[in-house]
Amino acid sequence: MDAILFYVFGGLAVASAVVVIAQRNPMYSAFALILTLCSLSVVFALLGSPFIAALQVIVYAGAIMVLFLFVLMLLNVTREEDRPVRGGRTLRGVALALVVLLVLEVGTVLLRPEPATMPPFDSSTRRMAEVLFTPHFLYVFEATSVLILAALVGAVALAKKDF
Amino acid sequence: MTPLLEELVIAIVKIALVVGALLGLFSLMTWIERRALAFMQFRLGPNRTGPIGILQPIADGIKLFFKEEVMPAAAHKWAFLAAPVLAVTTALLAVAVVPYGPPFTLLGRRLQIQIADVDVGVLFIFAIAALGVYSVVLAGWAANNKFTLLGGLRSSAQMFSYELALGLSWVGVIMLAGSFRITDIVDAQAGMARGWFFGWNAFVQFPACLVYFVAATAEVARIPFDLPEGETELVAGFHTEYSSMRFALMQMAEYINMITVAVLGTSLFLGGWHSGIPGVPSDGLFGFVWWGLKVSSILFVFIWLRGTLPRFRYDQLMRFGWKVLIPVTAVWILITATGVALASR
Repeated sequence: MDAILFYVFGGLAVASAVVVIAQRNPMYSAFALILTLCSLSVVFALLGSPFIAALQVIVYAGAIMVLFLFVLMLLNVTREEDRPVRGGRTLRGVALALVVLLVLEVGTVLLRPEPATMPPFDSSTRRMAEVLFTPHFLYVFEATSVLILAALVGAVALAKKDF
Repeated sequence: MTPLLEELVIAIVKIALVVGALLGLFSLMTWIERRALAFMQFRLGPNRTGPIGILQPIADGIKLFFKEEVMPAAAHKWAFLAAPVLAVTTALLAVAVVPYGPPFTLLGRRLQIQIADVDVGVLFIFAIAALGVYSVVLAGWAANNKFTLLGGLRSSAQMFSYELALGLSWVGVIMLAGSFRITDIVDAQAGMARGWFFGWNAFVQFPACLVYFVAATAEVARIPFDLPEGETELVAGFHTEYSSMRFALMQMAEYINMITVAVLGTSLFLGGWHSGIPGVPSDGLFGFVWWGLKVSSILFVFIWLRGTLPRFRYDQLMRFGWKVLIPVTAVWILITATGVALASR
């Protein structure tokens, strides 16, 4: 059952990710990206981490993509014109992608000779909180929030040029 | 029957029951709302079809079914067709994790009318609510009409802003119960104040409760927050171009969301199916009665508000959401967290 769900949603994630880059209409691209993020969240849930799955949808699919769509709608972006597909370019792109895939595969095999199995781990909400909010990761966690705050202040400063 | 098959059968029966009941309740709600609003305005409302007009929803359904489906020539076809489907899908996904009434025993099995008792139930609902925005955005954009586009923009901004306050209002409740599971939150409330009703989160978490109901009203775009479909300036907002059954689907999604909000509010803040008075039974059929009373009073308040309040101005809406609701909940979370930390000492 889990395997079927994994292949369905994994496939959906990959297919919609292809649509994101293949689609010429930015609105459809954005919606395909939302679909990718949602299917990824199902994969997270299948891996036994419903908390991460929910966060994935809330933060990425819910909050960030709404802002994307908001900007797209405000700017009223229309469909980009089709450009003729140039054989040489496409071929080079595909070749490069294959090379990257090969390097990653080889790297994975070299670094981890034993068959890839998932170590049993506790991914419950409580455990997540314990890891994030104990001194082990607390400072990193807080530093990240300062970083986001800096970005926020920067955005406000850019939007409001005259103080 | 094998255990797996048995589980599957139970799940399917539950889904059929909940979805069927919700669809019935949706049509009933349209009639109740029109009648109640009419009485508030010294009118009679729909009272001709059947006894006291109760068959009006069926007549409306048949009428909508036979109407012509119109699609604007310049519409983005697939997006236009997908939007109502997406609206109903997200609405029906959210109803899957809320409990309908107390657990009961049937044929030696402990059952509860709840399709999935998810570990992160509250977060799941939040995630689905976040996705609910897209049907509105998609509908507004796909029709290729400036009124619908403006309606879509308005509602995405509104839902986005009030979602924050909505989510934050749950934090205190979750901290008190120590769980994201909705049934745990219901039971945690029954355990406070020796089972008296002032142990419910509506009293213990009064500010959060207030914020929840205000933000939820905005989230389902009911008066006084119905700017997305403000008739006078935007015709009907994002669903201006929808007609016939597609309009009915949009309407259905809206009502189902409203029912979900009421059911969730009952579970998170009003003690779910518990009677709230020690000694008064709240298991089995009694639980359903208490639960039903609470849900229907929340739904009635929604109608009452519609008959009472005028609409917000857009800038007032934004200011209220960002500068009042969110700071209030943030401070309240701090207070609750301090209390929980001190109590656990």
